Amino acid sequence: MQAFTIRPPPESVPQVSRGSRPAGLSSLRTDRPKSWCPVDLSSTSWTTRPALLWYDLGQVSRGTRVPHLSDPVLMCLQYPPGLSPQAGSIVSMSVSFSYKYLALFTDTGHLWTGLSSLQERLSEVDTKRTARPKQMLWCRRPRAQQPSVVLMWDRLLLVVGACNDTIQFPLEDESVLVAELDGVRIIGPSSQELLQEVPVVCQDIFKIASMAPGALLLEAHREYEKSSQKADEYLREIKEQNVLGDAVRQCVEAAAHEYDPDTQKALMRAASFGKCFLTEFSAEEFVTTCRELRVLNAVRERGVGMPLTHTQFKQMTLQVLIDRLVYRQLYPLAMEICRYLKIPDYQGVSRVLKHWASCKVQQKDLTDEAIARAVCAKVGDSPGVSYSDVAAKAYECGRTELAIKLLDFEARSGEQVPLLLKMKRSQLALSKAVESGDTDLVYTVVTYLKNEMNRGDFFMTLRNQPVALSLYRQFCKLQEPQTLKDLYNQDDDHQELGNFYVTASYREKRLEGRLSQLQGAVDEYNKAKNDFAAKATEDEMRLLRFQRKLDDEKGAGLLGLSLQATMEALMSLGLHKQAEQLYRDFRVPDKRFWWLKLKSLAEKEQWEELEKFSKSKKSPIGYLAFVEVCMKNNNRYEAKKYVSKVTPEQRVKAHLAVGDLEGAADAAIERRNEAEMAAVLSRCAASDRLVVDKLNRARASGAKK
Amino acid sequence: MAHSARRDSPELPDLSLLKRLVRDQLIYLLEQQHEVDKLYKVEYKPISSISDQLCFLIRPRIPTVKWICGKLCECRRLPAAFLLPAQFYACEAVLEEQGIFGDVTTDEWAFYLLPLDDDIISLELPEFFRDNFLAGDQRWVRTAGSALHLLHSLFGPFSKVYGIGRCSKMTYESWREQVEEGDQKPRLAEIGNVFLIDRDVDFVTPLCSQVVYEGLVDDIFRIKCGCVEFGTDVTSSEKSIKVMLNSKDKVFNEIRNEHFSNVFGFLSQKARNLQIAYDKRQGMDIKQMKAFVSEELKGLKQEHRLLTLHISASESIMKKKTKQDFQELLKTEHCLLEGFEIRECVSFIEEHINRQVSMIESLRLLCLLSVTENGLLPKDFRSLKAQYLQSYGADHLLTFSNLKQLGLLVEQQPGETLTVMESKVGKLVNDRTAGKLTDAFSSLAKKSNFRALSRKLNLVPKSDEEYDLRVPRDMAYIFSGAYVPLSCKLIEQVLERDGWTGLEEVTRLINGHEFAVTADFKPKSDAQRIILVMFLGGCTFSEISALRFLGKEKGYKFIVVTTAITNSSRLLEALLDNHV
Repeated sequence: MQAFTIRPPPESVPQVSRGSRPAGLSSLRTDRPKSWCPVDLSSTSWTTRPALLWYDLGQVSRGTRVPHLSDPVLMCLQYPPGLSPQAGSIVSMSVSFSYKYLALFTDTGHLWTGLSSLQERLSEVDTKRTARPKQMLWCRRPRAQQPSVVLMWDRLLLVVGACNDTIQFPLEDESVLVAELDGVRIIGPSSQELLQEVPVVCQDIFKIASMAPGALLLEAHREYEKSSQKADEYLREIKEQNVLGDAVRQCVEAAAHEYDPDTQKALMRAASFGKCFLTEFSAEEFVTTCRELRVLNAVRERGVGMPLTHTQFKQMTLQVLIDRLVYRQLYPLAMEICRYLKIPDYQGVSRVLKHWASCKVQQKDLTDEAIARAVCAKVGDSPGVSYSDVAAKAYECGRTELAIKLLDFEARSGEQVPLLLKMKRSQLALSKAVESGDTDLVYTVVTYLKNEMNRGDFFMTLRNQPVALSLYRQFCKLQEPQTLKDLYNQDDDHQELGNFYVTASYREKRLEGRLSQLQGAVDEYNKAKNDFAAKATEDEMRLLRFQRKLDDEKGAGLLGLSLQATMEALMSLGLHKQAEQLYRDFRVPDKRFWWLKLKSLAEKEQWEELEKFSKSKKSPIGYLAFVEVCMKNNNRYEAKKYVSKVTPEQRVKAHLAVGDLEGAADAAIERRNEAEMAAVLSRCAASDRLVVDKLNRARASGAKK
Repeated sequence: MAHSARRDSPELPDLSLLKRLVRDQLIYLLEQQHEVDKLYKVEYKPISSISDQLCFLIRPRIPTVKWICGKLCECRRLPAAFLLPAQFYACEAVLEEQGIFGDVTTDEWAFYLLPLDDDIISLELPEFFRDNFLAGDQRWVRTAGSALHLLHSLFGPFSKVYGIGRCSKMTYESWREQVEEGDQKPRLAEIGNVFLIDRDVDFVTPLCSQVVYEGLVDDIFRIKCGCVEFGTDVTSSEKSIKVMLNSKDKVFNEIRNEHFSNVFGFLSQKARNLQIAYDKRQGMDIKQMKAFVSEELKGLKQEHRLLTLHISASESIMKKKTKQDFQELLKTEHCLLEGFEIRECVSFIEEHINRQVSMIESLRLLCLLSVTENGLLPKDFRSLKAQYLQSYGADHLLTFSNLKQLGLLVEQQPGETLTVMESKVGKLVNDRTAGKLTDAFSSLAKKSNFRALSRKLNLVPKSDEEYDLRVPRDMAYIFSGAYVPLSCKLIEQVLERDGWTGLEEVTRLINGHEFAVTADFKPKSDAQRIILVMFLGGCTFSEISALRFLGKEKGYKFIVVTTAITNSSRLLEALLDNHV
């Protein structure tokens, strides 16, 4: 059992592991078990769920953990295989760090070890001590050669190996044992020690008279340092066996397990020495181990006090190590390590900086200004550090001013807004939101402000932010028309108020309501000095009243029509007098009225009326219109009546409109207009020989002249 | 196309990628996330689905959300899931107000871009124009920025970005922000240059009547999402039919960019060719016949069908356009563009209003007059507006107020005091404060300065020269040779000069916000000649045709991204505020 040694690790702080209580264990048995422990039975066929073992007197029961009380408890009784009958009843049990192995201690001093599935026995040893041990723990390491159990009585430590051998260590002080991944930590009142199985590779190298390649290499290097030619002999021996690669690897691995920096150095130097004689050897492992050792040595330092073994460090990963350093507020060391191991900023330096900054803002003895400056100087624009997060922390600690100062460093304005709102700096939040160009964000702030502020202040705030204002207006137009009005009122925007009333008037069903809205619009337009709009609205009101009157009198159904449509409707109802009244009252242009009446009469085929109308005064729209409208209503006879009245310039067109080619030709020739003649010609068909000839002659003579 | 094309034009990147991307995402959302088994179109009528869980796929518009809330409360079928192409706080606020926020889940479908054709991508956001330019609501800017970001990550990195207009600038900034947040994998650029342009930089072009085939079809039949519905007058049957109009339609592809006067000639030539192809059947032996049927006939049949369709569509267009004295209308527009015989134009417009030809058309002419003339004379301003109200109802008072705000229909300012002041300020300081100052001025009176721009950029070709529309000389062909669209001319000039240098006077007249940013890497030369043009607030088919022409002339390829396809009617309808 020489494989077990106790090595005192460097000065350290005791580490206390947290124990967990079993989840509600409902059992068919009513009495309390004497002892219990969780085991991993996933490798057995019995259950895939985590299980508990407990014992009572000579038998061991096992059952699965019960997630719900209603679940049936799987349970069975079992005797540990190979436990001799004279061994007595079990008084203590312990499961290994990996939950794979179980140790039982009986009242006769027998220690049974086996698999926790209770399917196989490893050994049974009589410790010759009947007193119940104070603590009983497994001492193993991954891929251990010698699994063993450590038992502790008051001042005695007993290590029992699977090979039935025991070692005893006296303890000076009262201590506590803690099982760890690769050993047992013995924590006394003033120091802590680690009991572990010596790794195979270290045994190989440091065993007395070892001929392992690593041992030879170490020796070779030692001799080399002494400038002795023995170095060559050792080296040759290794080379002859062709194991130089293994030798280097062994030295590197052993160095990782060593605690004393000098031993580490010696081993690493030996490895480096051996490496020189190898051509194709990857230096990666060597380099990583070097770096990791430096990190481990750094954290094992007195000031830090984390007595980590290399195996533990590998198991818990660098990430976790840095986290632990951060929790201990050892920021400079954490950052140094991140930089040294070249961890990407996002996972490394920036993360540490973030924690540092969050911690920094809580320093009560510094002024806001100093802290903000310090944070900015350190953090700069490191990627992944969000100033808004830091500011949020500052705000949590009640340092609003500092939070605002920090937010100023935040490049993304969108990130600043939520916190600013939380801090009730709504004005600032609004301007930051507008700056970000994200309308959703602006909306968020606006809605928040609306609920937080009184109306007047809210409007005043919006007034200074046109982007937010127009967004809010859009929203109000669809959702809260009344608020929109208040907004305009606040700004004395009479033009928009007028428009608002006009829009509102269309929502009114009753005429009175509509008129009063329109009157409101007129007043606002007047205030806005928009006399055109005011007059147009007044006209509209007048028209509405007129329409209402006629609707009441004649049931004409005019309400809401445009002026033009009203006149049209009146004419088609034969109410020419009323139409004319509108024409005068609303100063309808002559042209419009003439067009209207012309069309209306023609459509109703009141040709006589039309003729009378045409003679009532000189047509402001000319007479070609009469010709065209008549033709449109398929009355060539009537159309012809007006041809003669058409001005000479348009006469050809008029003739053509009624289909009178001859007349058109004559008119064109009379006007000696080449283009018109060509126009007539283009309309002539083959049957119109006479006309064509006439035109051609005229053109010929025209050309001569 | 009759004009010669440069043969070295680069190939366009495959935009159908966008479609696949969006489709897969939607299928995933609907099937995997929400287990939707049946789809219905959301219409404002009772819900016909009998499922007890409903999922709505809607645009984030407050009225739509409100309607759905009402429906849900009515038929008591909760919870429902909403999928919005972009989540808006305002919509959530509505849900909250209606008291069902807790019962619904909302989800976002990142739909930004719909490729309508090989070279047209639409955001399908017709409300962009009104929201952004009239209401000053910038909620869509981020959406546009995200769209640009998507294109950048798929086809970028862009090496040069030019832009003009306030919204363009903001979109650019929003995009840059997103670029900086995410990380761009280095890839070979397929699109080299980007040009961003605001619709309010050029109002004249969309206000003109379109005379290129595709534009005309849009003006008359209204193309929706690249699809047009031809009514019974075109199909000459009982049913109307829906047709996809894109480059896959061989016949359409050849006439879409043609001036309408050429279309008939082309179609009849095509018909003749088709007949010849059909006629090959005569004198074929069985074997040849077999080959003909299996190889050619289907294509010919298809072409025949399309040809018939486009011929009848053209006929229908002819009928409509001659009836409304289309020639007179065009003449007036050309006079306005040239600044010639303005009095006659005013009386034409007056008659147009008096005779109530069309509410939108009258408004269009009024706006065109105002924009080209830098506002109406006070006398005309009053009388034309009064007449318009008499014709189409007093509620258009609100429409006028909107138009005035946008600077589309304004009164001429007595004297040129404002311009003088502006130019003085502009000369004094040339930094951000000056920008803010000009902003303030422009809100006082938005001036179009069209006449001056037209002279500077030579937008209106001399009218005494004959313009052969079959052999277009420049982009003016899309307006019968009367006007080169300002938006396209700006793009041409900036690409030619590789920036805004030398165009200072022009940008001052447009009221600035121009920018040009060059990245510090050199992309391959082919991508350099593929230019993404993003119209914020919509673009017309005529502009697309003009850009296609420009591309052919200079060996560029343009990809047009627009918030929506627009035309004069859509533009003005978006600004109406009457109660109907």
